[in-house]
Amino acid sequence: MNFQMPDFSLALPELWVATMACVILVVDLFARGRESAPAFYLTQLTLLVGIWLAIDAQWGRDAVTFSGSYVADNLAVVLKVAMMGLGLLAFAYSRDYLRQRDLLKGEFYVLGLLGILGMMVMASAHSMLTMYLGLELLSLCQYALVAFNRDSRMGSEAAMKYFVLGALSSGLLLYGLSMVYGVTGSLDLGVIREAAAGVGAQNIMLAFGLTFVVVGVAFKFGAVPFHMWIPDVYQGAPTAVTLYIGTAPKVAAVALFMRLIGEGLAGLQEHWELMLVILAVGSLAVGNIFALVQTNMKRLLAYSTISHVGFLLLGFIAGTPEGYTAALFYAVSYSLMAAGAFGMVILLSRRGFEAEEVEDMKGLNDRHSGFAFIMLILMFSMTGVPGTVGFYAKWLVLKAVIDVDMVWLAVVAVIFAVIGAFYYLRVLKMVYFDRVEGGEALQAPAGLRVVLAGNGLAVLILGIFPDSLIAACAAAFGS
Amino acid sequence: MLESYVPILVFILLAVGVGIAPLVAGFVLAPRRPGSEKLSPYECGFEAFEDSRMKFDVRYYLVAILFIIFDLEIAFLFPWAIVLDHVGVFGFIAMGIFVGVLLIGFLYEWKKGALEWE
Repeated sequence: MNFQMPDFSLALPELWVATMACVILVVDLFARGRESAPAFYLTQLTLLVGIWLAIDAQWGRDAVTFSGSYVADNLAVVLKVAMMGLGLLAFAYSRDYLRQRDLLKGEFYVLGLLGILGMMVMASAHSMLTMYLGLELLSLCQYALVAFNRDSRMGSEAAMKYFVLGALSSGLLLYGLSMVYGVTGSLDLGVIREAAAGVGAQNIMLAFGLTFVVVGVAFKFGAVPFHMWIPDVYQGAPTAVTLYIGTAPKVAAVALFMRLIGEGLAGLQEHWELMLVILAVGSLAVGNIFALVQTNMKRLLAYSTISHVGFLLLGFIAGTPEGYTAALFYAVSYSLMAAGAFGMVILLSRRGFEAEEVEDMKGLNDRHSGFAFIMLILMFSMTGVPGTVGFYAKWLVLKAVIDVDMVWLAVVAVIFAVIGAFYYLRVLKMVYFDRVEGGEALQAPAGLRVVLAGNGLAVLILGIFPDSLIAACAAAFGS
Repeated sequence: MLESYVPILVFILLAVGVGIAPLVAGFVLAPRRPGSEKLSPYECGFEAFEDSRMKFDVRYYLVAILFIIFDLEIAFLFPWAIVLDHVGVFGFIAMGIFVGVLLIGFLYEWKKGALEWE
């Protein structure tokens, strides 16, 4: 058997994050009683250096190493930078939240960092095994994080539901992967791509495997009808954890789709296109209509996620490099908005009080007009109002769909987006036009305010100058 | 072709022998003073037949899980030791990293007090 020494320098970002996760675990063990400050700063440093390493080691490359299991290309870099950037944001938000609830433990950062490592492995996966490895690393960290507040009944219940459904979806995905392996005889996605084109789309076994792979991917995205876990998990998890699992893992799900289906099973597009149309229309309908009646802010945002996933899938349905670019752009910009929206829930909460109800947004303008404006930006961005990044996200996706002559799909999407505008604008109505008696001033710590203000401004600035982000996403797909 | 399986045959015979010999030796040599406690079946310290809704110490499982991790480590170490001169420095370093990661886990559980039984 030939053994070829892998090119470790290509995988430097993953090696760095993995090493630092171990270091942080040990450092936190010996630096007790300081609110895990060393763990926090080391985590942020790790992610910053990780972003630099990813760009430095992998940008502009197109190399496969580790015996065909690992690929370093532009797509991997864009995905990893987005994941680590969103991780930075999530950790920055979570610090004050966790401190107020006596949950500030180093394990939060270690689990979060290992989850990000899992996502990075997914972004660079070039074999079905690597993909599954990364996915499981991410999922296990997420299950543990959801149950992070061990004494919370809701948290434990959410974690249990998430674990059972997550394990089920992993099983379905594995079953699909085993079918694909059975037909193509290889785990290497490059070989699978060739072999799948060779046996043709009419091979019933391959189509069978593809169906299960699509189901597994839809589970991870939370697309209808595999969305049941999202509202319960989002509501039950501590808000800081919701912020984490509601942002970067969406980008990881794009990686999962692109590597397995977009690249590996590209030859079967006629099959998965139809499946995705069903998923997308279902997500748009269920997400937007169910969100109309939610009174809990986290549940509302959960259904809003489902509807945004529907939009994101439109980009995949187009099946062109432009469509993939649009989907990636949508995932990144949506994650940014979602981080801001959950950040707002964190901002309004304090020790012993969770601002989870939509009603808690009432009179925010009187309490602090600056954050009311940031809420305005975030909600406008989710609606898709021009001048915010959400507009370009929707525009690119719709353009990609129309370019492949699926105008009816674009019309359906726009109709549901208009329905969805209602509940975003209702939140804004509460922020600006509802008065509450004795609304006290905000008590949030300064650090949290700065992060949220920066996040809101980023949504606005990217909405006015989206070119660089669009160019980066386009470069990921070689155009 | 078939003779390459001889080591496996030898191994099976040896395993069966090792399994049977102590039982036979115990049967022949040991003094026999049966009592009700000695003759009743048991499973790892639990009563074999009783109500399933009983309390048990959760630390029992903690120890079991920790044991599994290090047991598996040994399962990897043995074959590695056999082929050490083939895998060379690369294999040595790779195993070093593997054991190092386990060591960090061990450090964590020790420091967290998972090994204390009070």
